Formats: sequence, C-alpha cells, structure tokens
Amino acid sequence: MRLNPLTPPTVSTNYSPFRVKRDAVIIIFFLFSPLTTAMAAAARFLLRGAVSKASIANVNVGAQSSFGITLLRLSPNCSSKTKTQRRNAAHFTYHPDPVPTEYGPTTKMNLFQSVTSALDNTLASDPTAVIFGEDVAFGGVFRCTVGLRDKYGKDRVFNTPLCEQGIVGFGIGAAVAGATAIAEIQFADYIYPAFDQIVNEAAKYRYRSGNLFDCGNLTIRAPWGCVGHGSLYHSQSPEAFFAHCPGIKVVIPRGPVQCKGLLLSCIADQNPCIFFEPKILYRAAVEQVPTEAYTIPLSQAEVIQEGSDVTLVAWGTQIHVLREVANMAQEKLGVSCELIDLQTILPWDTETVCKSVAKTGRLLISHEAPITGGFAAEISSTVQEQCFLNLEAPIARVCGYDTPFPHIFEPFYIPDKWKCFDAIKKLISY
Amino acid sequence: MATLNSIKNMYGICSHAIRQTTGLRAAKLIQQRAFRVNGALRQQPFDSSEEKPQFPGASAEFIDHLEFIQPNVISGIPVYRVMDRAGKIINPSEDPQLSKEQVLNFYQKMTLLNTMDRILYESQRQGRISFYMTNYGEEGTHIGSAAALDPRDLVFGQYREAGVLMYRGFPLDLFMAQCYANVDDLGKGRQMPVHYGSKDLNFVTISSPLATQIPQAAGAAYAAKRENTNRAVICYFGEGAASEGDAHAGFNFSATLECPLIFFCRNNGYAISTPTNEQYRGDGIAARGPGYGMMSIRVDGNDVFAVYNATKEARRRAVAENQPFLIEAMTYRIGHHSTSDDSSAYRSVDEVNYWDKQDHPISRLRHYMTARSWWSEEDERSWRKQSRKMVMEAFEKAEKRHKPHPDLMFSDVYEEMTPNLVKQKEAMWRHVQQYKEHYPLDAYAK
Repeated sequence: MRLNPLTPPTVSTNYSPFRVKRDAVIIIFFLFSPLTTAMAAAARFLLRGAVSKASIANVNVGAQSSFGITLLRLSPNCSSKTKTQRRNAAHFTYHPDPVPTEYGPTTKMNLFQSVTSALDNTLASDPTAVIFGEDVAFGGVFRCTVGLRDKYGKDRVFNTPLCEQGIVGFGIGAAVAGATAIAEIQFADYIYPAFDQIVNEAAKYRYRSGNLFDCGNLTIRAPWGCVGHGSLYHSQSPEAFFAHCPGIKVVIPRGPVQCKGLLLSCIADQNPCIFFEPKILYRAAVEQVPTEAYTIPLSQAEVIQEGSDVTLVAWGTQIHVLREVANMAQEKLGVSCELIDLQTILPWDTETVCKSVAKTGRLLISHEAPITGGFAAEISSTVQEQCFLNLEAPIARVCGYDTPFPHIFEPFYIPDKWKCFDAIKKLISY
Repeated sequence: MATLNSIKNMYGICSHAIRQTTGLRAAKLIQQRAFRVNGALRQQPFDSSEEKPQFPGASAEFIDHLEFIQPNVISGIPVYRVMDRAGKIINPSEDPQLSKEQVLNFYQKMTLLNTMDRILYESQRQGRISFYMTNYGEEGTHIGSAAALDPRDLVFGQYREAGVLMYRGFPLDLFMAQCYANVDDLGKGRQMPVHYGSKDLNFVTISSPLATQIPQAAGAAYAAKRENTNRAVICYFGEGAASEGDAHAGFNFSATLECPLIFFCRNNGYAISTPTNEQYRGDGIAARGPGYGMMSIRVDGNDVFAVYNATKEARRRAVAENQPFLIEAMTYRIGHHSTSDDSSAYRSVDEVNYWDKQDHPISRLRHYMTARSWWSEEDERSWRKQSRKMVMEAFEKAEKRHKPHPDLMFSDVYEEMTPNLVKQKEAMWRHVQQYKEHYPLDAYAK
C-alpha cells in the first residue's frame, strides 16, 4: 500500500477541544514525514493531551476513530512520557560542506531546496525542459518542485497518472523527441515497474540504433535510502540493480551543494541518468548553495578527507556516518582515514579509489543496501584485482543485512558508526 | 470564501491542502475545485443539495436499480471499409480518389515489400542471414497509414511495419544492410535483422521488447506538441503487445496529457501461436479506447483506402485537437511469426489460404486498379520482374560487404567512450591478436 504523506486523516468531533492544535501538529508532521510517523506523532500528542487534562473518561478507551487510530488504554497514574516510545535520533550527524566560492553568490538551502533550485535553473535556461511524475504539480511529496508550476506553466511541470513504467517510458519518448525530460519517481522503492524501460530501452537506445537515436536528455530522480521509519518500501537503496546496466549513469549526492551540481550535470549529460536523493537529508542537510547554475563532474569520486591508514568509501547519507567514524578512529585509535565520496556509482571512478588504496593498503566500503550483490562487492572485486599486492587486510564491507529493510529493527539493521568503527579496528589489527 | 475564490487561479494545487488551511467545517460545505474537460478549465461548485453525484472521480447520473454493464463482444465496434473484398468501392463518397500515380505507388510499394520478404525469408532458410520476419497480409496497414502521414511525423513501430519505412523511401540496400549486419547498416550491426531505424525518415529504431514504444510515443508526442510545429506521432503495435502494461500506460498518459498521437494496432489474429481469444475477452483493442477517454475506430486493415482515410483523419484531428486516436486495423498474419516459427503447428493451411486468396490487401488494390484500366497483365508481369531484379541486386551486393569494425562493439554505450570501455576494448584486441586464428577477423572491416 502506497502511503500518501500529505492526506491527513480527519477524526470525529469527539476530540474537539484539541482539534485546532492537533490539526496544526498534523500539518507540520505531514509536510515532512510519511503517514505512519505522523499518525504515531498525532496519537502521542493526543495521549499527552488526554492524560494532562485528566479526562480519560471522555476518551473512548480502545475505541477506533474513523481512521483507525487506536488509543492505548492508560491508568490515571502513569505518565505518558515513560510509556510512549521515543523515535530514535538520526544515526548520523550531518557535516555540511564548506561554502563554495567558485560558483557565485550562495544562499542557505536544504537538500530539497537545492533540488528545486537546480530544476528552477534548468526550466529557466532550457525551454524544452519538462518535469513530470506523481504529485509534482503541487510541489511534490518532498517539496522538491514547489513553485515551479506557477512559475513555468502547467505544460512544463505536470502530474502523470500513477504508473512508473509510464513515467519513464514517457520520459524516454520525450527525450528522444528532443525535450529535456526530468522524471520523478516518488520513492526509489517504486522504480521497479520502470526497470524494463530503464534497462532494455533507455540504457540501450543509443547503442542499438547505431547512434541514430538516443534518450540522453532523460534524467530520472527518486528519493533514496533509509529515513528512520521507512521500512521495506520507503527506505531502499537500489543502486546495485542499475550498476549492472551499461548505458545509464547512476549518481547519489551527499548534501545540497553536491546535489545541485550533480543534478545539473545529470540533466546536461547526454546519457540517461538516474539521480537518487537521500530523503533523510532533505531537511536535515543545510548548506550555503550557489543560486546560479553550476555543475560538478560525473564519474569523479571526491576525496573529502585525506588520510594514510585506511580508505573509507561511501556515498549519500553514509558519508556523514563515515566522517564521524573517521574522527572516532583518529581519536580513539590514532588511525588516519581517507574518506572518499564515490558520488557516481556508474560509471565509477576506479582510479581515485585504487590510488587511495595503493597508498593506505586498507579499504572499508559501506552502504545501507544489502551486502550480497551490493555495490561494495563491485568495488571490492575491482580493488583486489588492481591493488592486490598493496592490501594489508581483506577489504571490509559494512552494509545492510540480506533482509528486506525492516521497520522496527532499523537501528539494528543499518551500518551505523559502531559497526564501521569496529570494522576499522579489525582492519588495523589484521 | 474569499480564500476559496483565490483557488480559481491556482491550478494543480492539491485541494486537500486548501481545505486544511481554511479549517474543517461540519454540515454543508461548498468548495471550489478546478478540473479540466477537453482542455477547458471549469469550476464546478459542490452542492450536496443537488441530486447528482458530486464525486470528483466520475460524473454521471444516479441509478436506483442494480444493473451490470454487459460487454458487447458479439456485435461490437463495426469495421470501417471502403472497398469490398473484390476491390470495388462500396460508398463512393468514401473513395479518397487518389491519383493514378499515388495508387500505383501504393501497389508497387506493397508488392516490392512482398518480394523483399520472399527473398529475405529464403535467405534465412539458406543460412545467409540469421533471422527474418515477413509482413505477408499486412502490407495494406503499412502503406495505407504511411501514406496518410506527413514525412516529419515520428514513427514508433513494433517489428512488422517495414512497409512504412519502405513507403517513406528507405532503400533496399539499407534494409539488406541491416539484415546482413554489414558495414552499411545504419545500426552498426548491433541488432538482429528487421530492427530497422532511420533518423532521416523519422522512423525510430525497432527494439525487441514488445509495447515499450507505446508510452515512449506518448512522450514524443507531448514534446512535439510543445514544439508547436504540427508534428504528429504514430505508434504501431500488435494486438498481443496491447496486453502489456506499457500499452495501458501509453494509452492513459496520451489521453490525460493530451498528446497528438495515433495508436495503430495491427490486429492480425495471432501473437506467435496465441490466437485472439486467448489474448483478450473484450471487443478487441478498439473497445479499450473509450475506457481511456480516447477516440477510437476499427478498420479493415486489408483495405488500403480504409486505412488511409482513417489515418488521415486521425492525424488531422490529433494535431488540431491535441488528443490521441486509436485505430484498430483488422487483418491477418499470413506468414509465420518469424523464421523461428512454423505456424502449421497451431493453425490450418485452409485458414491461411483463405486470407491469401480471398482477402489480401494487394489483390484488392489490384482489382481496384484493373477496374480503372490503370494496371494490366503486362504491367504486372514486367513489374514483378523488375522488382525482383531490384531486390536481388541489393541482396547480392549486401552479401558481399564486410561486417562492421569490431571497435563498434564498444562505442555508443554512452555518448562518450568511458575509461572503463577503453580498457576493455584494448584487452579484447590484445586477446584477439594473440588468438587470432579463432576469430573470424576476415569477415570484418579492418
């Protein structure tokens, strides 16, 4: 079942004293989080309100509202604070990039705003550019396209029917006909109906036609990665499925500055590109981002931090986890880590990674996606081929387990800083 | 209410959000919402005091008794035709009254295609090419529709539309080059035979996966609409491909996004061995069109004038009104599905013979021409000889040409050569140099 995060439930009039305040809370939560989180938050709010007013008699204990929010039965003595669960804090601390000086004036933007800015620049400079997908017209479920329809017109920013194979197929056709097509898939978890169009069509268009036709003007964007409560179908990182497909490019930014530059590169790139946006960073990642258009090159990994003892490779959200791990390694173990943001998964920058491992002799790769067949396996295989004699220890992969992405077990599932730290300890002491 | 009036000017903003910000009310709510009907933006006030359904999802009347709609498959959508099976015009006002030159061109293109099919099918049987698909029986659908289009209109095909390309002027040499995958192939030898493409003739290269072209055609038509150059897009597919999810996606998108697009379904009775009664239970493909809000028609695909008329009118209106049209051309696949198929395994020779002898697009057009004394037995004899000679010459030439240079295995994966592919190419050549006696280098361009 697809959860529409922006349709709030309306509850019966039993709770009228709290309705206005609750509505406000619901609006705020629903703007930023999926329905489950908001419903849990609303339920918690109701509980606190109910207990503090000591009006438990008014509460239909165990009864269900019209939308099925079941309230917990509470005895008057217990406090809601100990019973209700706290949602876990994020598993990483966001490390903003330094303010870029080479691209002109900057302004504070979070990740979704940096996406909007890139799209705004594109629609302004390229009259053929169109943006489409589910719910993009009103601004998108993650607010990435807010304001664009009003600014550029309904023929350029428009909703499509709910059909991913149609969205990508339509995008391919528009690109073939010469338009700059920017397709949004609502969650990367839902990209699979479009897999045939991406792999069999988009990736092969130029090759199979002998370069008579191509869909290089196509860019597909999708929210990606864990978000704390996304569970099986709002947390996936499917980059490995697409890494196996020659003809497309797969790009994942770590923050707003990278996001805008890489997205603009994908749009300009004359090959079909898939751009995964770490959804947990949409609001959490805030940086000073240039307002003008600029590009960051694809297929160039970035050495974010130089070091001499261990090479750390990751992309997206996991970069921030590894940044912390690098600090922990330095403080607690005296180990100097070199941190590389791969940025482009396909085609990936083997040279930068191999050069680093040749220097350090140790490699740790980390991603949320399940370990078997994950992209770390490709990196590991290539590095051992090219840097075999440089290696001081087996290459470590700290990844998700080979399970679907769980809901309540997320804290145990994700490759957090402690797992990565522990892997470094093993690398050093091999 | 003032805030609600301002909603009139805000298209595409979720009405849920509007309701939320103005607060919930009990009892009677009057709300504004905007919706599009055939391009016009209308405001409809919700008024629950009226006895008419107010649902956003569908407008209709209420009905107070239980009644299921019976799908009409016995006498469904009628088949439009201009000529009878003997090539005689039935309703003179429907005769497109094309000139003798145009009609002769139709005939010669259909027969040239037929001749090329015979020779290339044979060449596969003899091991000269690896694979082939014939167009027997469907020549009328190709030529009639191609003739009704503008040469700038973009064509998305499935794999049994070679006549469209032939009508537009794709030379025999290039058909052969693609089938032989030789150095002259515009596709650089990368695909199986019959996967033709031509940028100059606006014919998008064929791909094997079925129906993938359908939503692509919708996207291309949308881009063409925005370009505002009166360009249409046509998308061909078979009745089997119409079962794919991509077909549903393409139909729905083209209708909701108002694309100038002609969907041309060749319903030829079989998807390899699967007959239509195992492909669908409804009234064919044309009956699905109204379900998407799409203008639809069913035509006799073996009547080249009916195909021509329907396509011409559909094209005119698709561009003028920015809406898709669905044409289901009923026909019959006289040949096997491909050289990998022997259709006697699933259908009778009698059935095939009926269509070959009694209801063939080529013979029907010939009867039309001979009735006007535009074509004689002598013309027929000399044209057969001439067309066969043309095809044989192209065929013999194509056979002798080299295959493309193996470097072309590595280019066009991306627009640019990636470092990874450069390394792989170098590794391949190192290997081939060392083991050259095991690789057929002589057949390939140096």
